[in-house]
Amino acid sequence: MIFDEIFAAEQIGFPILTLLIVIPIASAILLAFIKDENFARWAALSGALVELVLALVMVCQFIPGVAHMQFAERVEWISTLGISYHLGVDGISVLFVPLTAFLTVMVILISWRAVRFLNKLYFAAVLAFEATVIGVFVSLDLFVFFIFWELMLVPSYFLLKLWGVGPERQHAGLKYVMYMLVGSAPMLIGIVLLGINHHNTAGAGAAAPFYSFDFLTLLNVPIAPPLQTLIFFLLGFGFAVKGPLFPFHTWMPAALLEGPAAMGIFLVGLKLGVYGFIRFVIPLLPVASAEWLWLMVLLGLFASLYGALIAMVQPNLRRLLTFASVSHVGLATLGLFSLNQQGMQGGIVMLINLGFVSPGLFILAASLRARSGSSDLFAFGGLARQVPLLATFFFLLGMAVIGLPGTSGFTGEFLILQGAFLLHPALASVAVLAIILSAAYLLMFYERAFFGPVTRPAVKTLPDLVPREIAVAAATCVMVLWIGFYPAPFLRITGGSVAALVERVNGSQPTAMHSSE
Amino acid sequence: MEIYSSKPFWAMAAAFLGAILILVARKKPNLREACSIGAGVAQLAVILSMVSAVLNGGTLHFTLSSFLPQVSIAFRVDALALLFAATASFLWIVTIFYSIGYMRLHREQNQTRFYAAVALTLTATMGIAFAANLFTLYLFYEALTFSTYPLVTHAGTDEANAAGKRYIAYHLGTSIAFLLPAIILTYTLSGTFDFRPQGVFSAGANTTVLVVLYFLFLAGAAKAALVPFHAWLPAAMVAPVPVSSLLHAVAVVNAGVFLIFRVILDVFGQDLFQQLNLGIATAVIASITIMLASFYALRLDNLKALLAYSTIGQLAYMILGASLPNQTGETGGLIHIVNHSFSKITLFFAAGSILLASHKTKISEMTGLGRFLPWTLGAFTVGSLSIIGIPPTAGFVTKYFLAIGSIQSGWLAVFFVLLISTLLSAAYYLRVVRTVFFGSPPEHDNAARGEDEGQPHAALHPMGEVSPFIVAPMLLTAGIAVVLGLFPNLVLVLVRQVFR
Repeated sequence: MIFDEIFAAEQIGFPILTLLIVIPIASAILLAFIKDENFARWAALSGALVELVLALVMVCQFIPGVAHMQFAERVEWISTLGISYHLGVDGISVLFVPLTAFLTVMVILISWRAVRFLNKLYFAAVLAFEATVIGVFVSLDLFVFFIFWELMLVPSYFLLKLWGVGPERQHAGLKYVMYMLVGSAPMLIGIVLLGINHHNTAGAGAAAPFYSFDFLTLLNVPIAPPLQTLIFFLLGFGFAVKGPLFPFHTWMPAALLEGPAAMGIFLVGLKLGVYGFIRFVIPLLPVASAEWLWLMVLLGLFASLYGALIAMVQPNLRRLLTFASVSHVGLATLGLFSLNQQGMQGGIVMLINLGFVSPGLFILAASLRARSGSSDLFAFGGLARQVPLLATFFFLLGMAVIGLPGTSGFTGEFLILQGAFLLHPALASVAVLAIILSAAYLLMFYERAFFGPVTRPAVKTLPDLVPREIAVAAATCVMVLWIGFYPAPFLRITGGSVAALVERVNGSQPTAMHSSE
Repeated sequence: MEIYSSKPFWAMAAAFLGAILILVARKKPNLREACSIGAGVAQLAVILSMVSAVLNGGTLHFTLSSFLPQVSIAFRVDALALLFAATASFLWIVTIFYSIGYMRLHREQNQTRFYAAVALTLTATMGIAFAANLFTLYLFYEALTFSTYPLVTHAGTDEANAAGKRYIAYHLGTSIAFLLPAIILTYTLSGTFDFRPQGVFSAGANTTVLVVLYFLFLAGAAKAALVPFHAWLPAAMVAPVPVSSLLHAVAVVNAGVFLIFRVILDVFGQDLFQQLNLGIATAVIASITIMLASFYALRLDNLKALLAYSTIGQLAYMILGASLPNQTGETGGLIHIVNHSFSKITLFFAAGSILLASHKTKISEMTGLGRFLPWTLGAFTVGSLSIIGIPPTAGFVTKYFLAIGSIQSGWLAVFFVLLISTLLSAAYYLRVVRTVFFGSPPEHDNAARGEDEGQPHAALHPMGEVSPFIVAPMLLTAGIAVVLGLFPNLVLVLVRQVFR
């Protein structure tokens, strides 16, 4: 089988993935025992930094270019149901772990003084959220994955409800949770169906129930094409809602506008839904993925155009970023469902790119909002003169949104276009339109907000970025340029697993057909 | 003979470091301009040091970094690259001197930004010239758009911003919509991004796709200002004169032409290019551009706008040369990159000089200026003669090769286009020359100028050449335009290497 495992014990000597989940939780619990609020901040930051360092150590120890699951851990949990605590990362998931850790550090730094009440609880919620997200990225047992997936809602709900910045935050919190639950219910059914199929196929004739929710085990079990299609739509629905993939994106503007900056950063930066597609849906259901490829590709293409067009008429920066995000998720979906090496790698690079660029811009939007009380366009004008540093960072990150050469956005878009092109030239030609539109909405906003005369008195007294914000923005820009100019290391890391996945999708059709008979 | 050398990288690095030094020295204008000149001289020195190797039939190679497994940011210096790079770099130095005069006399704002952006522009220009593959070329092609944007909008007025918007829309729009897909299509068809002297496509490639691909490239090269992607050029003329002269007569527009040459010579290869009848198609587009630009220029009264339309026509000459199916014609196209640069920059310099001395932009108001600004209008006349193509100026050499080439290939229509457009350009340029030398001198003009400025004393000063910083560069480029007309071999030795 192409997806082998290397256990953490052999590779690094300690269960690093478990540690990565435990550290944020432990830090969050620790915060409860700290009286002094300032000290609590520093404690939260140190916890997040330790996590980041550990995540980077993991990436450094990662063996690139192979399709193995690495740093794996497996402990039997509920053996009658075939559920085990099974963790591991491969080229597809490994980069998202340090990204999550990076975003957490970012969130803690920018909300250093911005949180006005229940400071400790806030930081605890952020760290708890981090733990669940890392759990989602590293779990290889679908059941464990689902637990983390649902646990994620708890800190998100409180972050939205308690520290939201909009007047409708209560409602936004509820809306978010309801949407997510509606999405995850079919997902659970899909997961259960996978387990039952394993029982029926692999355990046929066995007296005792023979379930399994283990990703690697399920890969080896043939699934009949009709069932694949059913599960494809069940899982796909859940991931599409989370994505957010058009037309399930309507929860996003509310959550971003009403929620705190922290939530916004996580929501625009971590595209868990798209990750779900490439992690579980495509490998487990290759036949259905190939069959419904056109649906996904066209949805992605449409989303990329639709999001960009809506973004063009947004006077509010955070709304603009929301729809830009919808547009880019569409492009990433297009790349992933090209089901070839270039497209899939492009999709992953695009997700990583979004992980840096969108939060970076969101932070700048949040800091503008914190200073001027608004992120609406009509409150600005001539910002470049007043806040040159902010304007510079904004420009650089904006270039990555457009996907200009030299930025991470270009690397992603280039590969996605190549992948789409191999699928069908017309796809690439339409996708190009989305890129032009992205240039239009971004440059138009930039010109109106940052150039021209200063008309608002509030703008005249805007302070530029403080060192804390500069550090965050600069770190983001470094990553953007690194992936833009020298993406080779990132592509090496993702390459092996993607190659195996492409091989699986292309090679699976005859065998799967055969097994269904 | 392939030589591995980091020189092309250093030619870029010189301008890039120059940009940084300019920003560092922003408080001291003299030091800042010294940095500009130093960077320009260093860059030109590096470029000239590569000439002998290329004349001996070698190419220089350098790989900066690998971008994707099969794609790298790599440089390759051949004769075509040197032709473009050396012209741009030399004229950069000349323009710096001119800018010192112009920007200070004109009391322009944001001079540091200006010099830094120009240095970045030259970095990007070198990147385009030395690109070893389509990917690297695209990278710097986009960089060129963005590094020139602050120059186009330099004035900061609404008009400048509108021009900037159009500039970005044309360049970014066409390069993303056409050039990027063209590059990806090329890769899909040929499996490589590299430039290869005989073309990259195998014999069995689908001809329809190739034809579409070529037009994608042509549309993607909006910097070459072929109809219908030409409207950015006249709009960009709101930029200060040094910007128009260096960028819109030399660096930016030549980058577009250069891209088309690269595509014809090193992506398609001349044989395949002519087999697909793309030469005729290109010649038609170029001819239409030439005729439209010439007729349009006839009725223009604004001198810079006239120069802009003349540039559109002249760029199309280069493309026309590239489209001809023999070396004579192509030589004409290639040599015109150099000839046009020196001639047109002279004209722009003169227009700037007139603006500084008399605050006039309209030709109809320039009557009799020749008596007050003899050097300026002398240089202008030389530039005009060269653009029209009258011996012994550089433009004549171009016209000679183009005409011979078109007759040799039997494309008589092209020959007639050359003939008519020459007559038209003679008409609109000589109109200017006649107005300034033989029109009645402006009697009351000094007074009017003084009132406009709110400086009554200015009226007492006779109008004259404003500064040696303005006159010397202008005379130098005009002189070179004549030298190139008398000794075309200076450039031809390099051009011949292109067809080696």
